[in-house]
Amino acid sequence: MKQDIFQAISDPTRRAILTLIAIQALTPNAMAEKFAMTRQAVSKHIKVLHECELIKPEHSGREIYYHLNAKKMQEFDHWLAQFRQNWQTQFNQLDQLLTTIKEQKQ
Amino acid sequence: MNNDLLFDFNVDKTAKMVYITREFDAGQSLVWDAFTKAELLDQWGAPAPMRAKTKYMNFEVGGRRFYAMITPDGEERWSVQEFTSITPKTNFKMYNAFSDKDENRELPGSEWDHNFSEKNGITRVDITIYNESFERLERLLEGFKIGFTMTLKNLEELLATLSQK
Repeated sequence: MKQDIFQAISDPTRRAILTLIAIQALTPNAMAEKFAMTRQAVSKHIKVLHECELIKPEHSGREIYYHLNAKKMQEFDHWLAQFRQNWQTQFNQLDQLLTTIKEQKQ
Repeated sequence: MNNDLLFDFNVDKTAKMVYITREFDAGQSLVWDAFTKAELLDQWGAPAPMRAKTKYMNFEVGGRRFYAMITPDGEERWSVQEFTSITPKTNFKMYNAFSDKDENRELPGSEWDHNFSEKNGITRVDITIYNESFERLERLLEGFKIGFTMTLKNLEELLATLSQK
Protein backbone atom coordinates (compact mmCIF):
# COMPACT_ATOMS: atom_id res chain seq x y z
CA MET A 1 0.00 0.00 0.00
CA LYS A 2 1.60 3.21 -1.17
CA GLN A 3 1.35 6.05 1.34
CA ASP A 4 -0.97 8.86 0.39
CA ILE A 5 0.75 12.21 -0.24
CA PHE A 6 -2.37 14.12 0.84
CA GLN A 7 -2.30 12.31 4.18
CA ALA A 8 1.41 12.90 4.57
CA ILE A 9 1.27 16.65 4.08
CA SER A 10 -2.01 17.25 5.89
CA ASP A 11 -0.21 16.91 9.24
CA PRO A 12 1.33 20.17 10.52
CA THR A 13 4.34 18.48 12.17
CA ARG A 14 5.17 16.63 8.96
CA ARG A 15 4.90 19.87 7.00
CA ALA A 16 7.28 21.48 9.48
CA ILE A 17 9.73 18.59 9.05
CA LEU A 18 9.59 19.00 5.26
CA THR A 19 10.19 22.75 5.56
CA LEU A 20 13.10 22.17 7.87
CA ILE A 21 14.87 19.55 5.75
CA ALA A 22 14.28 21.62 2.61
CA ILE A 23 16.91 23.91 4.11
CA GLN A 24 19.31 21.14 5.17
CA ALA A 25 19.32 17.38 5.61
CA LEU A 26 18.83 16.27 9.21
CA THR A 27 19.20 13.16 11.35
CA PRO A 28 16.15 11.87 13.28
CA ASN A 29 17.87 12.93 16.51
CA ALA A 30 18.32 16.49 15.28
CA MET A 31 14.63 16.60 14.27
CA ALA A 32 13.54 15.33 17.68
CA GLU A 33 15.60 18.08 19.31
CA LYS A 34 14.20 20.85 17.10
CA PHE A 35 10.59 19.81 17.68
CA ALA A 36 10.99 18.89 21.33
CA MET A 37 9.51 15.48 20.50
CA THR A 38 10.43 11.96 21.46
CA ARG A 39 12.61 10.04 19.05
CA GLN A 40 9.73 7.57 18.71
CA ALA A 41 7.23 10.23 17.62
CA VAL A 42 9.68 11.61 15.06
CA SER A 43 10.30 8.09 13.71
CA LYS A 44 6.57 7.66 13.04
CA HIS A 45 6.45 10.86 11.00
CA ILE A 46 9.63 9.92 9.14
CA LYS A 47 8.11 6.56 8.27
CA VAL A 48 5.06 8.21 6.67
CA LEU A 49 7.13 10.76 4.74
CA HIS A 50 9.58 8.08 3.60
CA GLU A 51 6.85 5.69 2.45
CA CYS A 52 5.37 8.26 0.10
CA GLU A 53 8.89 9.15 -1.07
CA LEU A 54 8.75 12.78 0.03
CA ILE A 55 12.05 12.31 1.88
CA LYS A 56 15.13 10.22 1.13
CA PRO A 57 17.54 8.69 3.65
CA GLU A 58 21.25 8.96 3.12
CA HIS A 59 23.73 7.06 5.26
CA SER A 60 26.75 8.97 6.49
CA GLY A 61 28.91 6.80 8.74
CA ARG A 62 26.61 5.58 11.50
CA GLU A 63 24.10 8.41 11.02
CA ILE A 64 21.11 8.61 8.67
CA TYR A 65 20.43 12.02 7.17
CA TYR A 66 17.04 12.70 5.60
CA HIS A 67 16.79 14.88 2.49
CA LEU A 68 13.75 16.41 0.84
CA ASN A 69 12.77 14.67 -2.39
CA ALA A 70 11.84 17.74 -4.43
CA LYS A 71 11.10 15.58 -7.48
CA LYS A 72 8.22 13.88 -5.67
CA MET A 73 6.72 17.24 -4.77
CA GLN A 74 6.97 18.28 -8.41
CA GLU A 75 5.32 15.02 -9.48
CA PHE A 76 2.40 15.85 -7.24
CA ASP A 77 2.13 19.33 -8.75
CA HIS A 78 2.32 17.80 -12.21
CA TRP A 79 -0.63 15.53 -11.41
CA LEU A 80 -2.66 18.54 -10.34
CA ALA A 81 -1.75 20.44 -13.50
CA GLN A 82 -3.10 17.54 -15.54
CA PHE A 83 -6.26 17.55 -13.47
CA ARG A 84 -6.67 21.23 -14.26
CA GLN A 85 -6.14 20.55 -17.96
CA ASN A 86 -8.91 17.95 -17.95
CA TRP A 87 -11.32 20.48 -16.49
CA GLN A 88 -10.33 23.08 -19.06
CA THR A 89 -11.02 20.57 -21.85
CA GLN A 90 -14.43 19.71 -20.40
CA PHE A 91 -15.42 23.34 -19.89
CA ASN A 92 -14.45 24.19 -23.48
CA GLN A 93 -16.74 21.37 -24.59
CA LEU A 94 -19.51 22.87 -22.45
CA ASP A 95 -18.92 26.31 -24.06
CA GLN A 96 -19.56 24.75 -27.45
CA LEU A 97 -22.64 22.92 -26.24
CA LEU A 98 -24.10 26.12 -24.74
CA THR A 99 -23.44 27.99 -28.00
CA THR A 100 -25.18 25.23 -29.97
CA ILE A 101 -28.23 25.25 -27.69
CA LYS A 102 -28.50 29.05 -27.77
CA GLU A 103 -28.37 29.02 -31.58
CA GLN A 104 -31.08 26.37 -31.74
CA LYS A 105 -33.36 28.48 -29.54
CA GLN A 106 -33.09 31.54 -31.77
CA MET B 1 -14.62 30.44 -26.88
CA ASN B 2 -14.79 33.86 -25.26
CA ASN B 3 -11.33 34.43 -23.78
CA ASP B 4 -12.59 36.93 -21.22
CA LEU B 5 -14.34 34.15 -19.33
CA LEU B 6 -12.80 33.44 -15.96
CA PHE B 7 -11.23 30.06 -15.19
CA ASP B 8 -9.67 29.52 -11.77
CA PHE B 9 -8.27 26.26 -10.45
CA ASN B 10 -6.78 26.10 -6.97
CA VAL B 11 -5.72 23.26 -4.74
CA ASP B 12 -5.34 23.43 -1.00
CA LYS B 13 -3.23 20.32 -0.50
CA THR B 14 -3.37 20.37 3.25
CA ALA B 15 -7.15 20.70 3.41
CA LYS B 16 -7.44 18.21 0.49
CA MET B 17 -9.69 20.69 -1.30
CA VAL B 18 -9.89 21.56 -4.98
CA TYR B 19 -11.53 24.90 -5.90
CA ILE B 20 -12.73 25.50 -9.44
CA THR B 21 -14.41 28.66 -10.77
CA ARG B 22 -15.57 29.08 -14.36
CA GLU B 23 -17.75 31.60 -16.17
CA PHE B 24 -20.01 30.68 -19.09
CA ASP B 25 -21.49 32.90 -21.76
CA ALA B 26 -25.07 31.74 -21.12
CA GLY B 27 -27.97 32.31 -18.72
CA GLN B 28 -28.13 30.58 -15.35
CA SER B 29 -31.07 28.29 -16.25
CA LEU B 30 -29.27 26.89 -19.26
CA VAL B 31 -25.97 26.36 -17.40
CA TRP B 32 -27.88 24.72 -14.53
CA ASP B 33 -29.50 22.34 -17.02
CA ALA B 34 -26.11 21.51 -18.54
CA PHE B 35 -24.89 20.38 -15.10
CA THR B 36 -28.04 18.58 -13.99
CA LYS B 37 -29.59 16.88 -17.03
CA ALA B 38 -28.14 13.58 -18.19
CA GLU B 39 -28.64 14.16 -21.93
CA LEU B 40 -26.63 17.41 -21.70
CA LEU B 41 -24.04 16.14 -19.19
CA ASP B 42 -23.17 13.28 -21.52
CA GLN B 43 -22.27 15.78 -24.24
CA TRP B 44 -19.52 17.49 -22.24
CA GLY B 45 -18.93 15.60 -19.00
CA ALA B 46 -15.76 13.78 -20.00
CA PRO B 47 -12.63 15.33 -21.52
CA ALA B 48 -12.29 14.22 -25.13
CA PRO B 49 -11.30 11.62 -26.29
CA MET B 50 -13.12 10.09 -23.34
CA ARG B 51 -16.89 10.24 -23.38
CA ALA B 52 -19.51 10.08 -20.65
CA LYS B 53 -22.53 7.76 -20.70
CA THR B 54 -25.27 8.02 -18.06
CA LYS B 55 -27.12 4.80 -17.34
CA TYR B 56 -29.73 6.55 -15.23
CA MET B 57 -30.09 9.81 -13.31
CA ASN B 58 -32.63 10.85 -10.67
CA PHE B 59 -31.86 14.46 -9.91
CA GLU B 60 -33.49 14.75 -6.50
CA VAL B 61 -32.17 14.71 -2.94
CA GLY B 62 -31.16 11.11 -2.20
CA GLY B 63 -31.27 10.32 -5.92
CA ARG B 64 -28.34 9.07 -7.99
CA ARG B 65 -26.59 9.37 -11.31
CA PHE B 66 -24.94 6.13 -12.37
CA TYR B 67 -22.58 6.78 -15.25
CA ALA B 68 -19.43 5.65 -17.04
CA MET B 69 -16.43 7.36 -18.56
CA ILE B 70 -15.58 5.46 -21.70
CA THR B 71 -12.10 5.36 -23.22
CA PRO B 72 -11.67 5.39 -27.02
CA ASP B 73 -11.11 1.62 -26.99
CA GLY B 74 -14.38 1.06 -25.14
CA GLU B 75 -13.12 0.55 -21.58
CA GLU B 76 -15.79 1.68 -19.10
CA ARG B 77 -15.08 3.29 -15.72
CA TRP B 78 -18.20 3.50 -13.65
CA SER B 79 -19.05 6.03 -10.93
CA VAL B 80 -22.03 6.88 -8.77
CA GLN B 81 -23.05 10.43 -7.84
CA GLU B 82 -25.48 10.74 -4.96
CA PHE B 83 -27.29 14.09 -4.64
CA THR B 84 -27.28 15.25 -1.04
CA SER B 85 -28.77 18.76 -1.39
CA ILE B 86 -30.49 20.71 -4.19
CA THR B 87 -31.54 24.39 -4.32
CA PRO B 88 -32.90 24.74 -7.88
CA LYS B 89 -30.74 26.84 -10.22
CA THR B 90 -28.35 28.02 -7.47
CA ASN B 91 -26.74 25.09 -5.65
CA PHE B 92 -26.41 21.33 -5.55
CA LYS B 93 -24.17 19.02 -3.56
CA MET B 94 -23.26 15.44 -4.27
CA TYR B 95 -21.13 12.56 -3.10
CA ASN B 96 -19.10 11.00 -5.88
CA ALA B 97 -17.61 7.49 -5.71
CA PHE B 98 -16.08 5.00 -8.12
CA SER B 99 -18.06 1.81 -8.56
CA ASP B 100 -18.13 -1.40 -10.54
CA LYS B 101 -20.53 -1.96 -13.44
CA ASP B 102 -23.15 -3.27 -10.98
CA GLU B 103 -23.19 -0.01 -9.01
CA ASN B 104 -21.26 -1.34 -5.99
CA ARG B 105 -19.45 1.72 -4.67
CA GLU B 106 -15.82 1.90 -3.58
CA LEU B 107 -15.66 4.21 -0.59
CA PRO B 108 -14.43 6.75 0.36
CA GLY B 109 -15.43 9.06 -2.45
CA SER B 110 -15.37 12.84 -2.73
CA GLU B 111 -17.78 15.61 -1.75
CA TRP B 112 -18.78 18.11 -4.42
CA ASP B 113 -20.47 21.48 -3.97
CA HIS B 114 -21.69 23.56 -6.98
CA ASN B 115 -22.81 27.19 -6.79
CA PHE B 116 -24.36 29.09 -9.72
CA SER B 117 -24.80 32.87 -10.07
CA GLU B 118 -25.54 35.14 -13.03
CA LYS B 119 -24.39 38.68 -13.81
CA ASN B 120 -24.98 40.53 -17.09
CA GLY B 121 -25.88 37.32 -18.89
CA ILE B 122 -22.66 35.56 -17.76
CA THR B 123 -23.11 32.62 -15.41
CA ARG B 124 -20.43 31.86 -12.84
CA VAL B 125 -20.07 28.33 -11.47
CA ASP B 126 -18.04 27.72 -8.29
CA ILE B 127 -17.16 24.11 -7.57
CA THR B 128 -15.40 22.79 -4.49
CA ILE B 129 -14.27 19.19 -4.26
CA TYR B 130 -13.15 17.56 -1.05
CA ASN B 131 -11.08 14.46 -1.70
CA GLU B 132 -10.32 12.14 1.15
CA SER B 133 -7.26 10.79 -0.63
CA PHE B 134 -4.70 11.56 -3.26
CA GLU B 135 -5.04 8.00 -4.54
CA ARG B 136 -8.48 8.91 -5.82
CA LEU B 137 -7.21 11.89 -7.77
CA GLU B 138 -4.52 9.67 -9.22
CA ARG B 139 -7.10 7.12 -10.28
CA LEU B 140 -9.22 9.80 -11.92
CA LEU B 141 -6.27 10.93 -13.98
CA GLU B 142 -5.22 7.40 -14.83
CA GLY B 143 -8.44 6.99 -16.82
CA PHE B 144 -7.87 10.20 -18.73
CA LYS B 145 -4.31 9.22 -19.49
CA ILE B 146 -5.40 5.86 -20.90
CA GLY B 147 -7.86 7.69 -23.15
CA PHE B 148 -5.22 10.08 -24.34
CA THR B 149 -2.59 7.39 -24.95
CA MET B 150 -5.11 5.44 -27.02
CA THR B 151 -5.73 8.51 -29.18
CA LEU B 152 -2.04 8.95 -29.82
CA LYS B 153 -1.78 5.28 -30.72
CA ASN B 154 -4.66 5.58 -33.16
CA LEU B 155 -2.98 8.62 -34.67
CA GLU B 156 0.29 6.72 -35.03
CA GLU B 157 -1.49 3.88 -36.79
CA LEU B 158 -3.28 6.28 -39.07
CA LEU B 159 -0.03 8.01 -39.96
CA ALA B 160 1.63 4.65 -40.58
CA THR B 161 -1.21 3.64 -42.94
CA LEU B 162 -1.06 6.95 -44.76
CA SER B 163 2.70 6.86 -45.21
CA GLN B 164 2.50 3.39 -46.79
CA LYS B 165 0.32 4.74 -49.61
